[in-house]
Amino acid sequence: MSELTYPTVRERPLDPPAAATRLRERASMHRMTYADGHLGWLVTGYAAARAVLAHPDFSNRPELMHPPIAIGRLAERGQFKVPPGFFLRMDAPEHTRYRKLLTGQFTVRRMKLLEPRIAEITEACLDQMAAAGGPVDLVQAFALPIPSLVICELLGVPYEDRAQFQEESRLLLNLETKADDAVAALGRVMAYLHGLIGRKRDTPADDLLSGLIEGGELQDDELTGIAFLLLVAGHETTANMLGLGTYALLTNPDQLAAMRDDPAVVDNGVEELLRYLTIIHLGPFRTATADVEIDGNLVKEGETVAVHLPTVNRDPSRFHGGDDLDLARPASGHLSFGHGIHQCLGQQLAREEMRIAYPALLRRFPGLRLAVTPEEVPMRSDMSIYGVHRLPVTW
Amino acid sequence: MEIKADTTVCIGAGMCALTVPAVFDQSEDEGTVLLLQQVPPADLEDAVRRAVTLCPSGAISIS
Repeated sequence: MSELTYPTVRERPLDPPAAATRLRERASMHRMTYADGHLGWLVTGYAAARAVLAHPDFSNRPELMHPPIAIGRLAERGQFKVPPGFFLRMDAPEHTRYRKLLTGQFTVRRMKLLEPRIAEITEACLDQMAAAGGPVDLVQAFALPIPSLVICELLGVPYEDRAQFQEESRLLLNLETKADDAVAALGRVMAYLHGLIGRKRDTPADDLLSGLIEGGELQDDELTGIAFLLLVAGHETTANMLGLGTYALLTNPDQLAAMRDDPAVVDNGVEELLRYLTIIHLGPFRTATADVEIDGNLVKEGETVAVHLPTVNRDPSRFHGGDDLDLARPASGHLSFGHGIHQCLGQQLAREEMRIAYPALLRRFPGLRLAVTPEEVPMRSDMSIYGVHRLPVTW
Repeated sequence: MEIKADTTVCIGAGMCALTVPAVFDQSEDEGTVLLLQQVPPADLEDAVRRAVTLCPSGAISIS
């Protein structure tokens, strides 16, 4: 047994738990007790994290994974059955088959072509904010609608239907949600998407889902799983980066000024925000399918490994002075989009959205400021993707 | 420096095309790596090394 459990309690909203930082200072990997008593591992070092995530003998299948924390559905092992097409939680070669059908749709060049439309959507949100006048909740007015509109248009999901999936995805990402409730929420959103796929099969349009249907390689249940994965991953992630990133900039005014005033800072500044904020704060997790040696430690077949990503991305052996937000530092190489075969499919889209949205917001409202104290901003400690629940701002 | 790219390993993350667009591109259909120059000019060698490190699936290598 080990006394260690997954560190979750943050002392400061933008920093990883001090307990995890102290562990990283001692070693790159630690024995950790999982919620079911399993003795697995916790990774806090950068090189070890990369090695685990890139290794072919680590599986991402949920039924192999031991529950890392004793909260909600994560404590109930094996409740989540991988829906057909939900390739994030599959291994090669099953994973590869689905991913290859999609990668052509998310290339650097293709995402660049979306720039004008992303800019248009961003400006429309800013116009509405200006017309409404402050204070507004930046999450509802800006951070959530931009990526939601973009992914809906890309996939061909009617934005007017967002009530059908935004509430369900909130339930699915809430750590407190019990397994039964999560299964029910998943069922509702899958039923909606299955219906949508059927309508698209009858009346195709110029969008990604119609293209996949026309490709003829996928059944409707596989298309539904893919649509669900892309839809949730496409808006919850960038939405939280935009919300939390704006909070980080507002509480670091010199960095905010750099992002607003210096176009040369923007691309790298986005990488630095991705690194510094690391909104995937719980895992990723992998389970060894063979004995594997990582950084001098023998991980035995069947053992689950938790990567503490926020801590890994602050590792001073890779990012000097990593606890500081510095938009000018070389920040590429962060693991915020993951590493290995599951590295984020939509990362180039997320980059485009952030590169457009942050500077546009700060230039439209040069006097942007919090409408509450920083301590009053509710943080998403209770969600599997970190961020701010609300961000009251004015200008 | 000579670059090799393995499209069977590539997962189309696009890190190479993002880092050194003069050397790497992605195919239209599968999004996998396309090598625009097998032998990069000397002034791009550092950037190519960075792209090799950033590649999540080990699809590109140099010799």
